[in-house]
Amino acid sequence: MKTLFADKSFAALIALCAAAVIVIALFGGTSLLTPYMVNAIGQLAAFAILAVSLDLIWGYLGILSLGHGLFFAIGGYVAAMHLLKHSYEVTGIVPDFMQFMGWKEFPLYWAGLSNFPYALLLALGVTAIVAFVFGYVSFRSKVGGVYFAIISQALVYVAMLLMFRNDTGFGGNNGMTGFSLVFGWPVGQAGTLIGMAVVSIVVLIAVLIGCRLLVTSRTGRMMVAARDDEVRLRSLGYGTLWLKLAIWCLSAVIAAIAGILYVPQVGIINPRVLSPELSLEIAVWVAVGGRGYLTGAVIGALAVNALKFWLSAAAPEVWPFILSGLVVLIVLVFPNGLLDLAGLKWKPRLLSSMGGAK
Amino acid sequence: MSGGTALVIDGLEVEFGRFRAVDNLSLAIDYGEVRALIGPNGAGKSTVLNVVAGVTPAKAGRIVLDDTDLIGLSEAQIARKGVRRKFQKPSVFEVLTVRENIELGLGVPVAKAPSGRIDEVLAMVNLTELADRPAGTLAHGQKQWLEIGMVLASDPKILMLDEPVAGLTDEERQRTAALIRALRRPDRAIVVVEHDMGFVEEIADKVTVLHEGRTLFEGPMSRVREDARVIEVYLGR
Repeated sequence: MKTLFADKSFAALIALCAAAVIVIALFGGTSLLTPYMVNAIGQLAAFAILAVSLDLIWGYLGILSLGHGLFFAIGGYVAAMHLLKHSYEVTGIVPDFMQFMGWKEFPLYWAGLSNFPYALLLALGVTAIVAFVFGYVSFRSKVGGVYFAIISQALVYVAMLLMFRNDTGFGGNNGMTGFSLVFGWPVGQAGTLIGMAVVSIVVLIAVLIGCRLLVTSRTGRMMVAARDDEVRLRSLGYGTLWLKLAIWCLSAVIAAIAGILYVPQVGIINPRVLSPELSLEIAVWVAVGGRGYLTGAVIGALAVNALKFWLSAAAPEVWPFILSGLVVLIVLVFPNGLLDLAGLKWKPRLLSSMGGAK
Repeated sequence: MSGGTALVIDGLEVEFGRFRAVDNLSLAIDYGEVRALIGPNGAGKSTVLNVVAGVTPAKAGRIVLDDTDLIGLSEAQIARKGVRRKFQKPSVFEVLTVRENIELGLGVPVAKAPSGRIDEVLAMVNLTELADRPAGTLAHGQKQWLEIGMVLASDPKILMLDEPVAGLTDEERQRTAALIRALRRPDRAIVVVEHDMGFVEEIADKVTVLHEGRTLFEGPMSRVREDARVIEVYLGR
């Protein structure tokens, strides 16, 4: 416990999350905190989890993924399938995409998805398998740095093209929407929104604590060592392939969890979560907040999304320029993100691990 | 196992593109000795260490430790056989503390290492008082020592030191010489690549002079200085 909360910014973040849970539970749905705001907070918590997942692999292991949207989407798609199947079984509502395609029955691979534990297991299992295969092939051939980033981006793009097809049974270009029930509760109701937001924040707390325990452990020190000087670490007797693979799969699974939490709250999933832009944005969140600090990832996700939320209403056309401007500013002025501004601790030499092409 | 041959390098060839860095090199290093590899720049000294450590692949030849051929094994597998190597440029993990660096040098979780080993190593390399400092804040000489500490923490059979006194002050150089002499053991072979001839004379039992990837001379330092070929290609310059 002592090491867990030794970092003041981390302890403060956990306290803030816990406070958010209490406030939402007490005041959620009232005029102080409208259901709309509760829902927005819940979605932000899902994004924060996604940011932490990327920070784990990029900030601590130096492996930049520009395709984390893929794992987020796997979680999201399976969650959407679960919701539609569940809604269908309770209310008899046939999902839009099936009507559109003129299908009378669910495709075979939808079987059993109304059962939540199975859906959860499927989402995490598929994510882990995809991550493992991709990671094994890449790390085995010592693909790293920019090359890995580009291939991961290509992977998410291929997945997007696949999901745009209408005959795959995953909703095609319209995606999946019209969820009516979550565990039997009507989706749009204030109580349901509060429940989903609270669960999202609680999961965020759990993910943060789990990751903190990991990065302060011996494995965490090996991760940082592999990030900064992999040859040095290997010639001390550590095989880095399995270390990278394990953390990569863990990171992917956390991203999938974020997707599972996000989709019921936003009420829709479509292939645009697989667009390269979203995956790039995740990296921007982490870079803005501060790579290699779990707190930084969360701050970055919240700050950039708040800015986006505000700007996409006020001046939507300038958002891409603001986003690119942020990246340039961060790279040139604050290599360690917003935490540079706070001057919270001794600065690791992170820039060297940014590209890290071998 | 003491006194026998530790490491046999047999017919080793290494090429970088068309450049032949090591050319049919054969070398035997015994347990209990401190061997210095010297020679002009580009003679292949560091390359030999890289090949033994598994960092650079060999084109042909064998490298045998005890009875195991090291060629084809990964860096980590070779390290686990008891081979450790200090790089020419001090390579320490800068964001980790001095103690954490030594801990990674153990190669096993602290619980599985001999108790008190980390403190023992810290004392040997004179970094006890800096144990909780991030390694990135150390001075150059201290980093050199920290890396020596990292590579000796696991009590290796083969210890390879690439330019351990480069950039050190005279006093630090003296202490490093004393440390290397103290690390000499009947069940360990120490290989040192170094340009500083005075230092080599102090620590080495035997010297191998490399030139253009081959052995030019092998013997005690006192005879190296008299060898006409060595003077011509290296010492005389």
